[in-house]
Amino acid sequence: MAVNLFYFFIFPGLIFAAVTGALLSWFDRKISARVQFRKGPPLLQPFYDFFKLLLVKETILPRYGSTFIFILAPLLAVFGAAMAGVFILLPLFNINTGFRGDMLVIFYLLTLPSFSYIIGSLASGNPLAAVGGSREMKLIISYELTFILFIAAIIMKSGQHFDLRTVIETQQAGTPFIGSISGVLLFVVGVFCAQAKLAMVPFDMPEAEAELSEGIFIEYSGPPYAMIKLAKYIMLFILPAFIVALLMNGMRPGIGILWFVLKILGVVLLLVLIKNTNPRLKIKQASGFFFIWMNLLVVIAVVLTAFGL
Amino acid sequence: MSRKTLIPIGPYHPLQEEPELFKLFCDGEIVRDIKWETGYNHRSIEKLSESKTYDQVFFLVERICGICSTSHPFAFANAVEEIAGIEITDRAKYIRSIIGELERLHSHLLWVGLAGHFLGYNTVFMWAWKYREPVLDLFEMITGNRNSYAMFKVGGVRRDIENSKIPVIRKVLSDARKKIDLLAGAVMDDPVIHARTKGVGVLTRQDIIDYAAVGPTARASGVPIDIRKDDPYAAYPLVNWKVITAEGGDVFAKAEVRLLEMYESVSIIEQCLDGLEKVREGDITVKVNEIPEGIGAGRAEAPRGEVFHFVVSDGSNSPARHKIRAPSYVNIATFKKSCIGQTIADATISLAAVDPCYCCTERMAAAYDVSSGKRLLNANDLIALSLKRTEEIRKSGAGHE
Repeated sequence: MAVNLFYFFIFPGLIFAAVTGALLSWFDRKISARVQFRKGPPLLQPFYDFFKLLLVKETILPRYGSTFIFILAPLLAVFGAAMAGVFILLPLFNINTGFRGDMLVIFYLLTLPSFSYIIGSLASGNPLAAVGGSREMKLIISYELTFILFIAAIIMKSGQHFDLRTVIETQQAGTPFIGSISGVLLFVVGVFCAQAKLAMVPFDMPEAEAELSEGIFIEYSGPPYAMIKLAKYIMLFILPAFIVALLMNGMRPGIGILWFVLKILGVVLLLVLIKNTNPRLKIKQASGFFFIWMNLLVVIAVVLTAFGL
Repeated sequence: MSRKTLIPIGPYHPLQEEPELFKLFCDGEIVRDIKWETGYNHRSIEKLSESKTYDQVFFLVERICGICSTSHPFAFANAVEEIAGIEITDRAKYIRSIIGELERLHSHLLWVGLAGHFLGYNTVFMWAWKYREPVLDLFEMITGNRNSYAMFKVGGVRRDIENSKIPVIRKVLSDARKKIDLLAGAVMDDPVIHARTKGVGVLTRQDIIDYAAVGPTARASGVPIDIRKDDPYAAYPLVNWKVITAEGGDVFAKAEVRLLEMYESVSIIEQCLDGLEKVREGDITVKVNEIPEGIGAGRAEAPRGEVFHFVVSDGSNSPARHKIRAPSYVNIATFKKSCIGQTIADATISLAAVDPCYCCTERMAAAYDVSSGKRLLNANDLIALSLKRTEEIRKSGAGHE
């Protein structure tokens, strides 16, 4: 029991994932700033942001909303993100082998933050948040099918293994999955799904600063908003980690840790560059993008996998 | 009638840098109707102008708008010079046109950046504003100010552009041209920008004529309306340039017109610099003794369209009446055509596409009783009305509609 709590709260769950994610968030902001000819924030800026929201800022509750759900939603988001972090990172760091079928649990848990943002935004009683919430719903419907097909393709490639540790071990014994044609296609699909899950441009329409002024998060302030930031930091770490685990043979001990860090940074760099070289799509265009193009890619990848390519 | 959601854009909203309120009545994400409220920014410029001397009015009208801060003095100078029948020197004409076109350059760069930001493309935002910086530095070198240049006066300009500075200006312009190339490439060739802006917020030729829209908004729909050609002033008849138009009428066409106009601006400035080198240095004003009684209308092409100033002089040293019409006043009305039926995402970029400027636009009308000649609703009445309304809102529990 105690060791499970340690896994959840300290390593590799909440605190470890959040701190790493905050550092990655600094990396994101620094790279964005350099692309845009700006200087960028200092290394500890994400921590300053978080602790200012948590300790200094007051909480303003919407008068026309459901306060209980409004407060519950950010906690649920953090719980989902941290839980997904535990299930992804334990097999990845080879601390615990996980269990059969944990990939599907991870899939559900990764949906939890987006889901709680929706209920939080709808509970806030703000029309802009409601539009943001409906956009987030449409976005989830668009990319979740692609994402589950992506996971299904990985399961096929690993020889029908449903647990993450075996997927990683299959790659470590042979070649990483990304070394094949279908693997490259799956990597493209995975990166775009992560982009949408992280609500980064071009898929940031639920937040859409210039249209909805932060949309789903418009009513959040103070500690509840700090919780949302925390969930976002965790997601920024565990989604690239998940892609690295599924396609790029995870992490080996020793010098492998350095490679693992570089692989994570590479995936995050790719996400940030996509974010900085595209305008925001409309929700209809994003749905079309996932329903037609990404699903097509992932189906091609599945077919190629069946032929062993 | 089905129930519609009110999506407020404003009074404080990241889409617009000024306070204004657009009420989008939406059915799901589709905008079914739009209403707007301005008046948050009213500063009573016209009334103030009547209490200032002609020389002071230039500083006042310059502060109507921070971005197109030369177009208002430009139009006002044209109006007053029409009353007094003054013909300014060639050097002053060239300098006026140079300032006007540099302003267009920086204003269009600013718009491209903001449009990028509204589309979520912050890289374009930062790049465009970085490229705008040398233009502002150039302003500082020429006029002493990065904004509100204080260059105009009745009968000429206040400062000369010395011939020794011309090579520096040419250098900045040739750099600017390269940067516009880069920016135009990034915007015009990006497939995702095409997907977001083509066919969005379309204004047909007929819409433009119906709503009397002006400036790049009109030119993007194929209406070649440009005061610099239609009612030539300053040095514009002396240089060779063409009016840029596009056919689409959508947001993309508006961006295209603005990007291509920047090249024209650079070319006009270069020709004006050639002109400056030919005329005698220091010959920038003509002496004006008095402004006679009379009326004058002055027009100037601001970056956003036609600025119109109407001045009535009673022979004293300040205008008896000064009427201002800014381009946004007519352009804002086109939202009725461009936004209804679009999704919220499209409507917001359509709102931004005319580059509206609210503080230019805000005017107040006073009502008089015809029979008695007494003013209806004076200041005290308005304050009482406002207090009454606030009390009503407070009783009904916040301003939810």
